[in-house]
Amino acid sequence: MVAKRIIPCLDVTGGRTVKGVNFVSLRDAGDPVDLGRKYALEGADELVFLDISATVEERATFFALVERIAREIDIPFTVGGGISTLEQAGNLLEAGADKVSVNSAAVRNPDLIDGIASHFGSQFVTVAIDARVVEGKWVVTTHGGRKMTERELFEWAHEAQERGAGEILFTSMDHDGTRNGYPCETYAALADILSIPVIASGGAGSVDDIARVLVEGRADAALAASIFHYNEIPVPVLKRELRRMNINVRI
Amino acid sequence: MIAVVKYDAGNVRSVLNALDRAGARDVVLTSDPELLRSASKVILPGVGEASTALESLRKEGLDTLIPTLTNPVLGICIGLQLLCQASEEGNVRGMGVFPAHVRRFVPGEGIKVPHMGWNSLSQLEGPLFKGIDEGTYFYFVHSYRADICEDTAAVCDHGGNFSAAICRGNFYGVQFHPEKSGAAGEKVLKNFLAI
Repeated sequence: MVAKRIIPCLDVTGGRTVKGVNFVSLRDAGDPVDLGRKYALEGADELVFLDISATVEERATFFALVERIAREIDIPFTVGGGISTLEQAGNLLEAGADKVSVNSAAVRNPDLIDGIASHFGSQFVTVAIDARVVEGKWVVTTHGGRKMTERELFEWAHEAQERGAGEILFTSMDHDGTRNGYPCETYAALADILSIPVIASGGAGSVDDIARVLVEGRADAALAASIFHYNEIPVPVLKRELRRMNINVRI
Repeated sequence: MIAVVKYDAGNVRSVLNALDRAGARDVVLTSDPELLRSASKVILPGVGEASTALESLRKEGLDTLIPTLTNPVLGICIGLQLLCQASEEGNVRGMGVFPAHVRRFVPGEGIKVPHMGWNSLSQLEGPLFKGIDEGTYFYFVHSYRADICEDTAAVCDHGGNFSAAICRGNFYGVQFHPEKSGAAGEKVLKNFLAI
């Protein structure tokens, strides 16, 4: 059986990894390639590099960084952050990215998903969805959760799949950063309606949280940032614990 | 010289990067029949869709050349599938080197399509897997898979067994991506280069 994947996520700006503390202050956490390589050696199954650049100059450094990651890291990696055109996706493929993740731009222009999937294959496009509960409904948000949209989570996730998404990365903005765990019932409901893999993101505070979303939530992968960056739960410890709980992970 | 077959089958950058990490020097990306015949090793990479990939090989006349090669040839992912008898994807006839057919995975309870992620191999055979333990995980991304056949060199299970690797004479094929499979993948590439 295919193993459940553990995916550290690195936020990058100006060619450096940063650790966000509630999006207010950012602390430098070193060279993204060095950190990525460390996670790969520790047993991470994939990596995500998110470009959180605010300026054109910072963005230019990100592209060169993707080429370096592809040269030096020997596990699959996804790049995301601000990808809004087919051309950008194509350039990142050329630079060596294994997948791109699209979020706000896909909500604005859903044809972007079809375009990337038909040109470069479904395996190349992850659709990231941020949503929060409003009056009992999961409403899709964009721009880091700041903007509400007209879309509803399940309907949008299914449409993304039909348009050619290779996987769905769902983050609950109600749980992100809380470290209180994931909304497992919502992940299970996504697993029920989708035939493509689902990645859980946002909310992990403990090994148990991750175990629950993989088992009860039936997520195919768990993505996290701070628990790895702050070394609270190192990847090898997490995987050993999950294996002990009879969860199929690669060790 | 190691020749990586140049044709329109997605990005070959990661294969070139992995060869470089594995210490391979003198790597050429080419569709020149002379170079492919004289290379010490030939690698047929491929991501994407089988019928488009085969069409692109045909345009260069490579679909008839490759089966006649006598040097070690390694097909990766779609590369393995193109070396099989026929594929359901786009309903194409393959190059017919491996006695296996290629079929689509059927989604089911816990069986996602594409088969994406790390999966373990069993019944390892042949020089590609020298020094690699049964149960080792490799990285897969695909929606079609080759049947088990008499030349299957590694078995993987995703809603049923399929060929994770096939070896027949001087032809080798792996369904997983050695270029993305960490240390184990690098070992497979080095084993191929050492044949």
